[in-house]
Amino acid sequence: MRSRIMFACVASTCLLAAPAWAQSLRVALSSEPTAIDPHYHDLSPNNALALHIFEGLTKQDEKQKLHPGLATSWENDGKNKWTFKLRQGVTFSNGKPFSADDVVFTFCRTLKNETAIAGSFADITGAFASVEAPDPQTIVITTKSPDPLLPNFLASVGILSSSIIPHDKLSFDVAKNCGVTGAWPVVGDFNDGKLAIGTGPYKFKSYTRGSSIELERNASYWGQAEPWESVRFLPVPNAGPRLAGLLAGDYDVIENPAARDLGRLKDDKRFGYVVTPSTRVIYFQLDVAREPSPFVKAENGKNPLKDERVRKALSLAIDRDAIVKRIMDGAAEPAYQFLPTGMFGTLPNPPALRYDPAAAKKLLSEAGYPNGFQLTLATTNDRYINDSQITQAVAQYLTQVGIRAEVDAMTRAVYFPRRSKKEFSVALGGWGSTSGEASSFLRQWPATPDEAQTIGGSNYGGYLDPDYDKLIRAAISTLDDAKRSELLQQAGAKVLESNAFIPLHFESTVWAYKANLNYVGRSDQFTMAMSVKPAK
Amino acid sequence: MTAYVLQRLIQSVLVLLAVSVVVFFAVYGIGDPIELLVPPQVSAAERAALVRRLGLDLPVWQQYFTFMGNALKGDLGRSFVHGVPAIELILARLPATFELVLLAMSLAAAVGVPLGLLAGLDPESRPARLIMGGTVLGYSLPSFWKGMMLILLFGVALGWLPTAGRGEMVSVLGFQTSLLTVDGLRHLLLPALNLAIPNMALMIRLVAAGTTEAMTQDYVKYARAKGVRRKRIVGRHVLRNILIPVVTVVGIEFGSLVAFSTITETVFAWPGMGKLLIDSIYHLDRPVVVAYVLLATLLFVLVNFLVDILYAALDPRVKLTGEMA
Repeated sequence: MRSRIMFACVASTCLLAAPAWAQSLRVALSSEPTAIDPHYHDLSPNNALALHIFEGLTKQDEKQKLHPGLATSWENDGKNKWTFKLRQGVTFSNGKPFSADDVVFTFCRTLKNETAIAGSFADITGAFASVEAPDPQTIVITTKSPDPLLPNFLASVGILSSSIIPHDKLSFDVAKNCGVTGAWPVVGDFNDGKLAIGTGPYKFKSYTRGSSIELERNASYWGQAEPWESVRFLPVPNAGPRLAGLLAGDYDVIENPAARDLGRLKDDKRFGYVVTPSTRVIYFQLDVAREPSPFVKAENGKNPLKDERVRKALSLAIDRDAIVKRIMDGAAEPAYQFLPTGMFGTLPNPPALRYDPAAAKKLLSEAGYPNGFQLTLATTNDRYINDSQITQAVAQYLTQVGIRAEVDAMTRAVYFPRRSKKEFSVALGGWGSTSGEASSFLRQWPATPDEAQTIGGSNYGGYLDPDYDKLIRAAISTLDDAKRSELLQQAGAKVLESNAFIPLHFESTVWAYKANLNYVGRSDQFTMAMSVKPAK
Repeated sequence: MTAYVLQRLIQSVLVLLAVSVVVFFAVYGIGDPIELLVPPQVSAAERAALVRRLGLDLPVWQQYFTFMGNALKGDLGRSFVHGVPAIELILARLPATFELVLLAMSLAAAVGVPLGLLAGLDPESRPARLIMGGTVLGYSLPSFWKGMMLILLFGVALGWLPTAGRGEMVSVLGFQTSLLTVDGLRHLLLPALNLAIPNMALMIRLVAAGTTEAMTQDYVKYARAKGVRRKRIVGRHVLRNILIPVVTVVGIEFGSLVAFSTITETVFAWPGMGKLLIDSIYHLDRPVVVAYVLLATLLFVLVNFLVDILYAALDPRVKLTGEMA
């Protein structure tokens, strides 16, 4: 019997190429979301998936500019109080209307989220002194300290329906369980879809870990309906098979094809691709504090990286354009600051970081290292695009100016724990700004560590500049946009001048797709069905 | 027989214990999973809370004993990455791998044994040389490259078969299988072939060598002198005698394919256990890695036991006794 079925298959459908283009979309992902629960783990693949099913009060567009989401407008009283007006006439995919109760419930849940990885969004909601709902269409949030980026952060907090758990009157009173009478949902409860109830443009259909995630169009969506009746996300971690699947017609869109394979797509009329600059900056972090530093050996026994002239020489020795062209195959932009020019808080005209080996040599001599010194560059080999090749290239550039540079490449499972123990002298890093503005990098990396303020958490190189700290601390609590932007620019210029961090380039993200589609790439590297439309 | 089973049981428990120690401490030694799990911008308080929840603040030996204590109660821990029980993750992947390996081994046996016999009966002939030459190729081609070539040929150039992923499934006895749907089989074929090719080569070589050797044995000569037909000699006497090494190899390969067909599963994006293992090692997801290796060990122990029983059935000289073999 089976052989007859097989025969029928061979004779009819199997020999045809992919089924006729229906209103369905198949997207091959390079990394799979680890859960459906939108508050489980604050990771790009998880957040991208969550935004299909759930929405935040605000919304970031493809350039991470802020737009109204479930809130139509918001205002700040000049201090800690924010008032959000909620969208009317919105319903969840289970038919229940959306109101302020759902927002309160969601904020509470992020604080009562037992299974979440490191609280996920609790650092945002944990900073709320109070959340009030004076009427069903209004939410008033008072933060413990001024937070100009609150609306940006709220874009990533997907609003759940309060109808999924039994409750009495809801209030933002975590000590009293917020009025919830049932058990708070944990990550596993979302995977079968029962609790995956949101207001987003798509509805959850099925989730088979490692195999596929299926969504269908949410017919009751308040915004413009999506063109796809159903969407399937398929995890295909290897770039080769992912591209092969696109060429064979198994997928409509793939994320992150290898840049070296783009030549193959260029000449093929059946496919298109986009290269979109992202906010992810790749840089070297230098150990500028310790004496001696573990992976630097100079004749005089000192740590040359403490000398500003040496650091400047390192930056001058690197040919960023060549790295972008040769190693990144054009899928990157040279970085002259830590966030692409034009985004909030960046320098409008940062001077190009030029390649000048002669000047680098001169600076090294001035600093007392005419014969250079020994240096080991630490890098991952499986985290950023071409990470170990980039470091190899930089090592060669440094060797050309007399610094005997070696490369120590390792897997991220080994690298990140070692880096946080400050075991390196020069370490490759990568940072994407989720908020889409300059403070994200500036508060995390160069600031002097302060746990209470959650700043400086990644200052492994020991960069210390009291003036800088003043600037960044002022910037993150200044509500006035113009003033904040000015402060961030000053802070950014200070770090650049110090060369304690040497920016290399911004990674670009590549998506390839069938020619009958249009794709708009996002600077936050999210792959979303909402970015795909049929070509007109 | 009872003594034999008992002895095997005690051995198995010791092996499992040893494996658990080695794997637990090895994964611990690679690095700190917290660094991979927690985004850098998370506050120190939230981070510390997670460390405590996962029990990573305890000394490693204490972590080990907590793990063993729970394991004895049947709880192998929760995945750090997915937040669900490790065993649930692994068992959800088992059917996918199992059906893949089943098809691969059937293919290997169905092709390998007849070709091996053919090559072994007349080793100097042209077809035999061709077959033996092919086995060298089949055995030595790297799995990753071979997989990509299969995809490019059958998926992209000819467009006959899907390139990756698992096809349509039906539920049988509570398990999801794609062996019973056309779409499922089409998805299965390429990865199964990729797994089968080296095993096919191995089997051909084993059977061919065994056959050549058996054909010179006295019992074959005697049978021929008695006038038994060649077909019967091969089918009844030779085949039965050479099956012992074949069964051993099939057993071991079956176990190792179920546990570690990692490369094929990765290339074909097959949602099986091998891929889970690689992902989990990548993320230092210790509960999953340890549970996985323990399960794999158990599988090997079981398979070896079954192989021993099969020996006894195939060869009347083999007796299963409690003495050390």
